[in-house]
Parts: sequence; structure tokens; C-alpha cells
Amino acid sequence: MAHAIFDEMGGPGGDVRQAYRKLQSWLEETPLDILTLRREEAETFFRRIGITFAVYGEGGDPERIIPFDIIPRIIEAAEWRLISEGLIQRVKALNAFIADVYGGQEILRAGLVPRDQVLLNDTYRYQMQGVSVPQNVYTHIAGIDMVRVGAEDFYVLEDNCRTPSGVSYMLENREITMRIFPDLFSRYNVAPVDHYCDELMRTLTSVAPRNCPGEPTVVVLTPGIYNSAYYEHSFLADQMGVELVEGPDLYVMDDIVYMRTTQGPKRVDVIYRRVDDEFLDPLTFRPDSVLGVAGLMNAYRAGNVNLTNAVGAGIADDKAIYTYVPGMVEFYLGEKPILKNVPTWRCGEKDDAAYVLDHLAELVVKEVHGSGGYGMLVGPKSTKEEIEAFGARVKAAPEKYIAQPTLALSTCPTFVNEGVAPRHVDLRPFILSGADIRVVPGGLTRVAMREGSLVVNSSQGGGTKDTWVLKD
Amino acid sequence: MMLARTADNLYWISRYMERAENLARMLRVTDRLSLMPSGTDADGSEWQSAVIVSGAEEDFYRKHEEATPENVISYLAFDTENPSSIRNCIETARRNARAVRTALTTEQWECLNSAWLELPRWNETRVRGSGLHRFLDWVKDCSLLFTGGTVATMLRRDSFYFSRLGTFIERSDNTARILDVKYHVLLPEHAEVGGGIDYYQWASILRAVSGYRGYNAVYREGLKPWLIAEFLVMREEMPRSLISCAAEIKECLDKLGEEYGQRHECHRVAGQIYSRLRFGKVEDIFRQGLHEFLSEHIETNDRLGLEISRSYLLG
Repeated sequence: MAHAIFDEMGGPGGDVRQAYRKLQSWLEETPLDILTLRREEAETFFRRIGITFAVYGEGGDPERIIPFDIIPRIIEAAEWRLISEGLIQRVKALNAFIADVYGGQEILRAGLVPRDQVLLNDTYRYQMQGVSVPQNVYTHIAGIDMVRVGAEDFYVLEDNCRTPSGVSYMLENREITMRIFPDLFSRYNVAPVDHYCDELMRTLTSVAPRNCPGEPTVVVLTPGIYNSAYYEHSFLADQMGVELVEGPDLYVMDDIVYMRTTQGPKRVDVIYRRVDDEFLDPLTFRPDSVLGVAGLMNAYRAGNVNLTNAVGAGIADDKAIYTYVPGMVEFYLGEKPILKNVPTWRCGEKDDAAYVLDHLAELVVKEVHGSGGYGMLVGPKSTKEEIEAFGARVKAAPEKYIAQPTLALSTCPTFVNEGVAPRHVDLRPFILSGADIRVVPGGLTRVAMREGSLVVNSSQGGGTKDTWVLKD
Repeated sequence: MMLARTADNLYWISRYMERAENLARMLRVTDRLSLMPSGTDADGSEWQSAVIVSGAEEDFYRKHEEATPENVISYLAFDTENPSSIRNCIETARRNARAVRTALTTEQWECLNSAWLELPRWNETRVRGSGLHRFLDWVKDCSLLFTGGTVATMLRRDSFYFSRLGTFIERSDNTARILDVKYHVLLPEHAEVGGGIDYYQWASILRAVSGYRGYNAVYREGLKPWLIAEFLVMREEMPRSLISCAAEIKECLDKLGEEYGQRHECHRVAGQIYSRLRFGKVEDIFRQGLHEFLSEHIETNDRLGLEISRSYLLG
């Protein structure tokens, strides 16, 4: 693993890489106060449109804007070809894995993934055992978090197979960049992303349930306006031209799902749900949930409605399962994995735990079930006290933690208070699986706005960038 | 066809914006009247009547002893405990709007969102003195922009009609209240009609509904209480009159009935209200008593609102 930090513009030797040359000369000829002005313009745009990210219960403004960095990140056509092939391959394997877990469990019998890791996992849903789903697809919309550490070194950091969010930022960021930097944009041949919602709609209609009476009625199910990703839910529903529903808008009668309309009940066939498994159906999961629909699971199992992503898909993106994904690619597809995993120590295993506890200061240690950058230790960035305290937590419940080397995440030129400076980035592309599998050329680039910081999560002050995939 | 909840939200967004506008109009004329030289306001009856018009008299006096200008402005414009304060109207409209983003046009959304973003800049301190008028104008502008944006940008189908229904149900209620309360304040049994102060007072009713110049254009014979009442109740030229609201409501419901191929109890009630205004005589209203007539109208209008909910908005 490379130790020098790879800068996506500067490259390893400090020469500006081909794809960034036009951007660099543009940056040189554009005064900083113009950039400041454009950034303000972008922020006003986000506020006015109401593209906010809600963080409740922490005081301050509950409707925050995720900082948008105005300088785009650029990915060359050849690089993207490699990435997208790798993504498709990986998501195929993940889907095959979930289908297998809830079907024949071949991979468990082969001993490739320990049985307990799956069947005792919090994300495993026994209610799905033996249930068949349309097209055998479980993770219809997947977001794969990747980082780059060198010119040809891409690693998958995390798979998101449940309800990955962020795609609206991919689309709106592009919208804004084209608006504020038309001159720069026109110097490049950037692959468009704005057909994403059409592709999403096509994916959703292609997985209509087996008892669907005709043209499927698709809806987006949101937990409501207080959900942090509410803007995205309404954006996607709007772009697809479908209803955005909340739990109380739906009800189930005779195992058929209906929505309450101004003309009485209307049958619903495909639900793109952005509500977590546990809240979907109070009769099956948490009885106190008001976000779901009573009887939904029965309708689902009866083949009268399809849920995307499928219930139980989380089994594939659990951090403890992550380490087995390259093995899945070989097991199900008989192919060599194109995308690499970050080497990972599972603290649940004795030798690994001993190594991790000895090397805490060099490692990133994460809770297996944590997300959003909470509950993690970045060894090299932590004080002695923090490391000791975290070490104690690992010792107390080692099976709850995994550890990875501190990756030298690539950096991209970013417009910060000090001017244009390199900041660490990652990348979340979105993969759509239905009757076939597609990737829209682009993704959400997240950037750690603080110098040296490796934490890109929006809940931790990370920002986003427009991501340009170039055409040949 | 649309989600019942969406229709309900659209309907209430319009109602809240219209309510905010009418409150602003009323506060504006109240303030104007209280500045009149003769000190008719010595007993605070103007400010008190503003509270009565808003329909929140009981709650107001639970909180304040006296209807001073400061108390009334604070309560009707900014009090978060008053569900119908201007602040709460805008907040609620915007919250509803957020929940039905996809059913609104960009123009409607941006109008509501901008109003909401601007709202925290206004408070009791900032509206002292000349700030009050700037604030009230701003509220009125927000509402007019929203209503205008609705008419100018929304597709003519169910969502539009639900939006419009909210506006007119609310406006019909508000116009009736303004007329009812002011009539009482202005025409106590012992008062003489026709003095100079009266003139300003009567003009204030018309100003509150943007009808001052309209009235003069229609009647050309000076301000007469019974003509003002006729103007606000039965004249279809007057866009805020009860009959205009009834006509708009009836039309919206007819369109919905056509689009959905089904009519409900709300259609019958709306037709009844309209016919009464269209074919009634102003003399009969006065014989019955204007107050009784208006109270009954407010009640029937409420019932119409309930019937609309029952037919469409509850799913």
C-alpha cells in the first residue's frame, strides 16, 4: 500500500495529470474572489431549492447544507471503465450472496463464510428465508464507497446494500457546476448523469411483483420530513414522476397494498422504500413503528408487492461480512475480483485482535455496525488517551470491531478558506440492478474539508464535489 | 388522482397563506385607525376588535390582560403558542410544503421557502414604529406571490383545485369575520352614523380587503354601511366578497367532480351557499340581521370545509 499521498491533480511526481490540465490552467486564470462569489452563489442555490441535510438533536440549524466544494473531481474514461466493470462484478456477487443466504445457503455449506457470522448477524432477517423475489435481485440500488490511493489503486471501503443515499447530490452538484462554471464545463467532454432517474425508474418497473396486474405503480416510501435524507426522497419521487408516500398513506387489505388517494384506494406494486427493515411492518418487526405499514410483509411474501431494496439485503453490507466479498466474486462468478478490498483484521478472531491492540496507533478501528463516521478511531490522528480508551472498548467486546490500515486517501484540489488546497476524497458510485445492471458514469465524491482529515462523512463536516467522468 | 395527504397539505398551505395575509391586512388597518387624531381608540376597541376578528379572543385574554397594541401585535403576528399567528401560519405552510415538495411548482416552493428563510429576521422589536408596515407588507407580498404563482404555474388538474379551495374557503371565512366584527364595533346602537371619524372607520373595512377604490368605482355615492356590506357580501366584481369566494369554490369543486367523475355532499353544500348569495336580496339579509347572517355563513363555510375533507382529503 502506497504511503505517499496520491494527489488526483498533481499525480505522484508533481506533474499535473492529463485530465486535470485544463482545470489547472482555468484555476490559474480565475481570481480567488470569483471563486468566492461562485461558492456563495452555489450556497444560495442549495438553500433556495431546499437541498438540506437534517441533523436533529444536536442544536444549531437543523436543516444544514452539506458544504459543496465548487472544484470538480475528474475521472478519466479509462479509469472509469475499470471502476464500473469492477462495480458491476461486485454488485452481481453481492446480489448472488444475498439470494444464496435466503435460499440454498451454498456459501455457508462451502464454509467460505462462517455460518454464525450470517445467521446470528443483526442484519439477517429470518423472515426472508425461502421467500423468492422478482429477478432474484435484492440490492436494486447499491452505493459502493471507494477510495483511491494511487494511479491504479482503487479500494472498496464499504458496500451499501440497504438504502444508500447521496445520489441526489450527484445530480444537483452537476446541475450547479454547469450553472456556475459553464466555461470550464464546456472545455471538457463530461459524461452526463442526468438520466439516472430514468434508469432508476426502469430498474424499479423491471422488478414488478409476480402478481402485478399491469403497468406497475411505483412509489417512494419515506420516513417523512424529519429524516436526514428527506430532500433526496422527494427529489427522486419527483424526477421519476411517482408518489412520495409515508407509512400512513398506505394500507394492506387481503395482502394487497393500497395508497389512500383523493379517489379512494389505489393499488401499489413496487415500493422504493427509504425506511429501514425494522420499521417497515409493525406486525413483523418493531411493533412501535409508525413509519411502516401493518401487513406489508405478508403482501411482500405473497408476491403482491415488491420492496426495493429487499428486506434483509443488509446482510451483504455488514462490516463483518465485507472481508468475504472478494471470495464471493470467485465463488459465485468464477472471476477474479477487479476491485480490491482494504486488508481488514476482524477483532473477533484472537490473532487479529492481538495484532490490532498492539497497533492501534496506526490503524483505523471501526464498530462493525456503526455508520456515519461515529464510533471509530483513526489511530494516527488520535491522542494517547483516546487510543487507550478505545482499546479498552475493543478489549471488552472484540467481536464488535474491525480494523484496517490507515489508507492514504487521495487528495483533490479543494476551495477552502486558505485558497485552493488538496483535501482527501472518497467516491460513492451508484449501481442499479433489475432485469439488468447499470452504472451511471459518476458518483458522489465526498471531501474532508479540514486539512489532513480523513473523515468525509457529511455528519462530521465533510463536503461534496461534482464528479466528472470524461468520455473518450 | 393524487395522495389524499398531498391534497390535504396543498389545501392547508393555501389556507395558512391566505390567513397570514388577512391577518396582516387587518393589523395594518387597525394600526392605521389607531393613529387617527380624535382618539377613538382611547378604549383600545380597535385593537380589541382585531383580536376578535382573528377568532382567538379567549386564548388571547388567557395570556394578556389588555389588548394593547404591543400585546395584540405580539400575539397575532409572532406568538408561537397561537397556532394562527402569522409566524405559525408561514411555518406551517412551509412545513406542509416540504412534505409535498413534489406536488408544488418550483415557484410555489421557492416563495414559501424564501418566506420561511426570511421569517426569523422579523420579531417584536423590529416591527416597532415604521417596521410594522414593512413587515405587514412583506407578509401580504409573500401571500400574493404564492397565490399568483399558484395561478400562473400550476397544472390545471386536481392539485390546483385543492390549492384554490384552501384559498377561498379561508378568504370567505376571513372576509365574513372582518365585516362582522367591524360592523359591531362601528355601529353600536347608540352611535351616530355619518361623522368624519366614521368615514375613516368604514374606509378601514374596505382597505382591509383591498376594496376601497373598488367600492368607489362601483357605487360612486360615498361610504354607506349597508352598501359596504352589500359590496363585501353580494358583489361578484369584488374578488374578496363572499359571493366571489363561493363562486370560485363551486367552480373548483365542479372541476374536481368532472375530473373524478363523481360528486359528493360538498358539492351540494357549495351550491347551496352560492345560490343563497346569488339569488338572495340584501334587504333580506339586513332584515334577518347582518350579524346573524354572517355567523351562519361562517358556520356553513366551516361545514363545507369539513365536507371537502371528508370527500377527498382523508383518503
